[in-house]
Amino acid sequence: MFQVRIHGRGGQGVVTAAELLSVAAFFDGRWSQAFPSFGSERTGAPIVGFCRISDGEIRTREPVSTPDALIVQDPTLLHQVDLFSGLRDDGFVLLNTSRPVEELGLGALTSPRRDGPGIRVITLPATELAIAHTGRPTPNAVLLGGFAAAGGVVSLDAVAGAIEQRFAGPVARANIAAATEAFRSVSARWKELDHAPTD
Amino acid sequence: MLRQIEGSRAVAETVALCRPEVVCAYPISPQTHIIEAVGVLVRTGALAPCEFVNVESEFAAMSVSIGASAAGARAYTATASQGLLFMIEAVYNAAGLGLPVVMTLANRAVGAPINIWNDHSDAMAVRDSGWIQLFAETNQEAADLHIQAFRLAESLSLPVMVAMDGFILTHAIERVDLATQEQVDAFLPPYEPRQVLDPADPVSIGAMVGPEAFEEVRYLAHLRQVDALTAIPAVASEFAEHFGRSSGGLLRPYRCEGADTVVVALGSVLGTIKDTVDAMRDDGLAVGVVGITSFRPFPAAAVREALAAARRVVVVEKAFSIGFGGVLSTDVAMALTGSGTPVTTVVAGLGGRPITGASLRECFEAAAAGRAEPLVFLDLNRSLIDRDLERSSARRRTGPTAENVLRDLGTVASGPT
Repeated sequence: MFQVRIHGRGGQGVVTAAELLSVAAFFDGRWSQAFPSFGSERTGAPIVGFCRISDGEIRTREPVSTPDALIVQDPTLLHQVDLFSGLRDDGFVLLNTSRPVEELGLGALTSPRRDGPGIRVITLPATELAIAHTGRPTPNAVLLGGFAAAGGVVSLDAVAGAIEQRFAGPVARANIAAATEAFRSVSARWKELDHAPTD
Repeated sequence: MLRQIEGSRAVAETVALCRPEVVCAYPISPQTHIIEAVGVLVRTGALAPCEFVNVESEFAAMSVSIGASAAGARAYTATASQGLLFMIEAVYNAAGLGLPVVMTLANRAVGAPINIWNDHSDAMAVRDSGWIQLFAETNQEAADLHIQAFRLAESLSLPVMVAMDGFILTHAIERVDLATQEQVDAFLPPYEPRQVLDPADPVSIGAMVGPEAFEEVRYLAHLRQVDALTAIPAVASEFAEHFGRSSGGLLRPYRCEGADTVVVALGSVLGTIKDTVDAMRDDGLAVGVVGITSFRPFPAAAVREALAAARRVVVVEKAFSIGFGGVLSTDVAMALTGSGTPVTTVVAGLGGRPITGASLRECFEAAAAGRAEPLVFLDLNRSLIDRDLERSSARRRTGPTAENVLRDLGTVASGPT
């Protein structure tokens, strides 16, 4: 089972991102379960969404506490909430930012470990990509294109299918174009991260 | 058709396939997505003929449902928590009058303190109202139970409540095999009322009954619920034949073969419990599960049979009777009368607190080793309790408890201390 936690702020489409990811996994023929952290769904407030993906039925209903991956839609959350809580040692973080990883103060998190590659952090300027393609600063669907490239848990085709099912024609097309560009951008860098020497 | 869909949406689309003729509801979290979706299906004509009646409160919603049902229409509504309590007089009336209204209950805690999250205290508050209460374990079952609910309600002339965990199920997006209109039409015949307000053949419904016959009328209502103990599994097995999957029934045992310790629960927490039990079985611990679908009528004989070989029983419940203990546990203990099997009550998940596999496992292991107290509150924050008890013993004017506890927790930073 692959478990994802999505962090963002109310209005950025965290809940929709979890839903789209689960629909993409479904289109790939797998079982998936998406649900929000309920309650404080106010614009600007920190929001968490969860998605589990598996080859069989998913029965557990508890929140994801040991995620394999994090998708962070808002970099201002980095040092505000306990973002990395429970993240697996071999997990990865897909972070929406236009700044390089080195500038984010995450050294302790990303330093290589003796027994494995350590936590990998990959950045994506998803808000900028969203504005360029859709005219709106909503990064959620774009990040899912990047997520498809990082680790390959879902296919880009399935992400595009999920976006197409959720949104009307032009909005869907623009988001799919943005997600596709994100996929290419992350693909190129992911190969290096994935095969980084483990010290 | 297999869809990846929100639980609320799956229920709304399934309810529409059941062709209700009157839908009347008042929005309340976490029921809103269901009723909004049904509303759209009515407005777009996807569900027709159907009248969606907007009202000012839950009391009116149930009252309109009663009126519609008495006039011979198939009536549906949905609510949660305070909404259910606000309509409670009419809830009793629907059952007492024998009107087959179907209602979704998106289970949510009852205040005060106000809390919008999931537990079962709303369903337990109307346990004795005379409604059939069916609990869904998954969104697939929530959808399927609604089809069975209309069938049961109309054949028995009793209202049926389908309880699904608020947020945990209503807002979860997962795989659901949605029924087709042809399948539902073949399974659910048009509503043929036993009593109807018909100007051509007038009757009055709702007579006052005094001491001379009240007990008898109540006893007849009880008999109908007893009949439901036969009808519920019969409808479930017919459903399985029609739809090719099993949902509903009175209860479902899981890995009970040779189980010394058997866990009993209602609703979606059964998923987490089953995963926990699988892991414990892998480690050689003889644990099983009995999921109860029909809470009212309570299938005492079936429960007794399912638990006959258990050496101890653990009831996990998302509600409790303040001043006493478990609600479901009391029924389970009654069903086990004379067997000597000890019953442990585990109160868990109140007000939406996540129920984790890790905490359940610790609790089940303690029970299996005979170390469990009769009444356990899962993951209770003891230091928070102690702080409030100390405060109360130190001075008189301590102020409101909820605010004090939140301040101790650091959730509320301002105000006097």
